[in-house]
Amino acid sequence: MDEPSAPEPKRDAPGDSVIATQALTKRYRGGQLAVDGLDLTVPAGSVFGFLGPNGSGKTTTIRMLMGLIEPTSGSARVLGRPMPRAARTVLPQVGALIEGPALYGFLSGRDNLLRYDAADPTADPRTRRTRVAAALDRVGLTAAAGKKARAYSLGMKQRLGLAAALLQPRRLLVLDEPTNGLDPQGMREIRSLIRELASDGTTVFLSSHLLDEIEQVCTHAAVMARGRLITQGAVADLAAGARGRLVVTTPDTGEAARVLKEQGAGDVVTAEDRVTAEPPDMDLAEVNAALVKAGVRVRGFGVERASLEDAFVALTGEGFDVAG
Amino acid sequence: MSRAEAASPEETVPRAEAVRGVSPLWTFGLLRSELLTTFRRWRTLALLAVLAAVPILVGIAVKIETGDGSSAGPGEGGGPAFISQITNNGLFLVFTALAATLPFFLPMSIGVVAGDAIAGEANAGTLRYLLVAPAGRTRLLLTKYATVMVFCLVATLVVAVSALTVGAILFPLGDLTTISGTRISFADGLGRALLIALVVAASLMGVAALGLFVSTLTNSGIAAMATTVGLLITVQILDQIPQLHALQPYFFSHYWLSFADLMRDPVYWDDLTKNLGLQALYAAVFGSAAWARFTAKDITA
Repeated sequence: MDEPSAPEPKRDAPGDSVIATQALTKRYRGGQLAVDGLDLTVPAGSVFGFLGPNGSGKTTTIRMLMGLIEPTSGSARVLGRPMPRAARTVLPQVGALIEGPALYGFLSGRDNLLRYDAADPTADPRTRRTRVAAALDRVGLTAAAGKKARAYSLGMKQRLGLAAALLQPRRLLVLDEPTNGLDPQGMREIRSLIRELASDGTTVFLSSHLLDEIEQVCTHAAVMARGRLITQGAVADLAAGARGRLVVTTPDTGEAARVLKEQGAGDVVTAEDRVTAEPPDMDLAEVNAALVKAGVRVRGFGVERASLEDAFVALTGEGFDVAG
Repeated sequence: MSRAEAASPEETVPRAEAVRGVSPLWTFGLLRSELLTTFRRWRTLALLAVLAAVPILVGIAVKIETGDGSSAGPGEGGGPAFISQITNNGLFLVFTALAATLPFFLPMSIGVVAGDAIAGEANAGTLRYLLVAPAGRTRLLLTKYATVMVFCLVATLVVAVSALTVGAILFPLGDLTTISGTRISFADGLGRALLIALVVAASLMGVAALGLFVSTLTNSGIAAMATTVGLLITVQILDQIPQLHALQPYFFSHYWLSFADLMRDPVYWDDLTKNLGLQALYAAVFGSAAWARFTAKDITA
């Protein structure tokens, strides 16, 4: 404990990286390579989306960052210190939700939090009850705090898990699928909570398989597939890397598709009253004019901005399915 | 979570630590939480209830058996140690109950609690949250072992107190005769009963360490409990096979019943010290093994 633990978490300078891994690799005893040479950099103050299909190595990476699993090779630094060696100094400043919440069913929600807080030797027992009450309040569980955790719904368990991550002011929050099991209203609440925390200067490392969730809350993202890092960077840059698609809304889909191909558009797809295609390298006004000239009744014409999903498909060359 | 406990660290924080804001005493918060958690579990209470019931059953059985004025049991060699003396002095029910529960009931309940200590947390997934809190692996293991030892003591005392209560209700109390034939006062007898309870609790150190080690090997609480209790039964059986005579002094249960030697006058210490030494050896060997395993383990549950 050579860092003084101030009541407020230290603000991380924007240039620093809160998580930095070098060639981080984990091979399980069965020989399966779960994470392969990962070089991940999470800038301070970012809301960092960690994307990848199930089985792509996200959870193994998170467990290595939290010192639960020893890497086979490579190194990981969290808050500027090596993990798992500096776990005692690093982890009190990190709140984590890993692979869903885990609770003592026979204890009340409040007692669960009291226990997790007691496990942290740097947590002040004099403020324990107040901090637990504040954390419960923050996730909207105050009314159910006295109920046995066994009786909680999945969404309530998820909230209690989040509350455990918020028992102390943190510099880094690692949230693995935090909106899992929540209803749309709960999802919105958690997202706004994440934004709120991020605006206080906490770096949030958010793993998710919901692309739109990442797109909504994250400033940065990394994409993993089959244990390897495919790309990382600002979300805006990632989405810009994939080209948008030209969308024509018309009842005359067959004719429209023919004209678009004629104009040099690739990958023409017809679905109901929409024809989409990769835009050709020319002024799109000319494409529109050609459609109208051919007698196509154009009801809508435009370019849909590429989503992160398009970027993901473009990067991995596959859909968002479980890696085999 | 009483106010007194919450406030106490404030006064005891050394000045240098107060500046830093973290007191080394806070580290014991985990032990307190662990004790609370263990003794609030329905299973722990059920085990203690079973242990408390044994002296009641023995006491009632002896009372019924001797209701017509005959002495209990067929004299020396029948039933658990001291059973024939109970009708003369209820205090002997304490020794009888401990002798009856030590071979199986007591170590079985220790095996359940110790086996579940780490594996149960892994099974529930709570282990990963304790470790990222961060509880610290060595600290968590020491806390778990301390808690199991407290449970050993509580379990033994539950048997002793239950036996003393039942003995006092059903049978007369008073001065008693030691195995050596000398008379000692009732107060002296109570002191020896307490000493015996402590020795019995200490006799369980070996099983506790063994159970904790097994608990670090698996992510299934049930498997760890079953393995520990299975080992206990196996060792008890092997201890009865004459051909294994050379190995038997190394079985953790071999000297368990030596606590009866505390009822000799003067006390015969040989087997008692052998027992305590053996328990310390088991605690050291399996404690180290548990530490080596747990601190190097990948937590995937």
